[in-house]
Amino acid sequence: MSTAAAAVAARFRPGDRVTVRRSDVPGHMRTPWYIRGHAGVIERLCGAYPNPEELAYARAGLPAQPLYRVRFAQAEVWPDYAGSPADTIDIEVYKHWLEPA
Amino acid sequence: MHDHPHDHDGDDHGPHRPHPGPRPDADDTLSYYQVMEIAVRELLIEKGVLSAEAVRREIEKMDARSPAQGARVVARAWNDPAFKARLLQLGNDALVDLGLERGPYKLVVVENTPDVHNVVVCTLCSCYPRWLLGLPPDWYKSRNYRSRAVREPRAVLREFGLELRDEVTVRVHDSTADMRYLVLPARPAGTAGWSEEQLATLVTRDCMIGVAVPKAESTGVNQ
Repeated sequence: MSTAAAAVAARFRPGDRVTVRRSDVPGHMRTPWYIRGHAGVIERLCGAYPNPEELAYARAGLPAQPLYRVRFAQAEVWPDYAGSPADTIDIEVYKHWLEPA
Repeated sequence: MHDHPHDHDGDDHGPHRPHPGPRPDADDTLSYYQVMEIAVRELLIEKGVLSAEAVRREIEKMDARSPAQGARVVARAWNDPAFKARLLQLGNDALVDLGLERGPYKLVVVENTPDVHNVVVCTLCSCYPRWLLGLPPDWYKSRNYRSRAVREPRAVLREFGLELRDEVTVRVHDSTADMRYLVLPARPAGTAGWSEEQLATLVTRDCMIGVAVPKAESTGVNQ
């Protein structure tokens, strides 16, 4: 993890259950609409990166924000999912979009 | 002498009607952002920040990157367990070990096994490990693939000719932020003793996105 990461401590650990905030805010968001409101499990901490929601408006995006890969069960994301109940979708989500489930 | 039907007296090609002339190229309809790119580029050149030659060189460099680089990485991982472990742990460092570019993004390598199949998509745009594989195929950027690969991956894979058993877990990776993904396909059966160069011939772009799997019998390589 970069030194900038130390400024904003990671909040979750692999295995933690989290929910993606069901937020509808204007601007440049990297959290896909289809995953908002869904619960998943932290797969890994990717590191800390400048906040893209700030970068999009030519600001520094600092301090860097922890970025996680969160694993969701497809059957939970799409109620009519056609496939194995074990199938998953992994998505990169920034810390401020996640809450403990 | 003509050997195809040709009606010299017909209305279509009669002497009374002038030739309509060449169809205009369709490359003059610029989108808002294409116009913006040209304007910014011209300003940067005018102000001496960039040169046209430098821009051309970068385009040429990007076009020279190809899935062959990724195929080398996969082939090495198949033949060298220590390299594979490093690739899965610290993907970018492993690229440097092979003399490839480290790249501007963190590389996450996801491994296919007999029980797990991985497939990569970017639902928001077209994120792709370009420094390693070159430019993504057009279908990767299409709304069809981007919206359906997450919702019905098995149906999409079937359309690519890849039928997975129900027992195989499908893991979709939506490349939404700062990671870039490379699928490490499973080494095909019947390739024991192959050199890295031979193995690399089996690894195509689609195998590294996860919409196909390498097969030994589909090539002319002697086993």
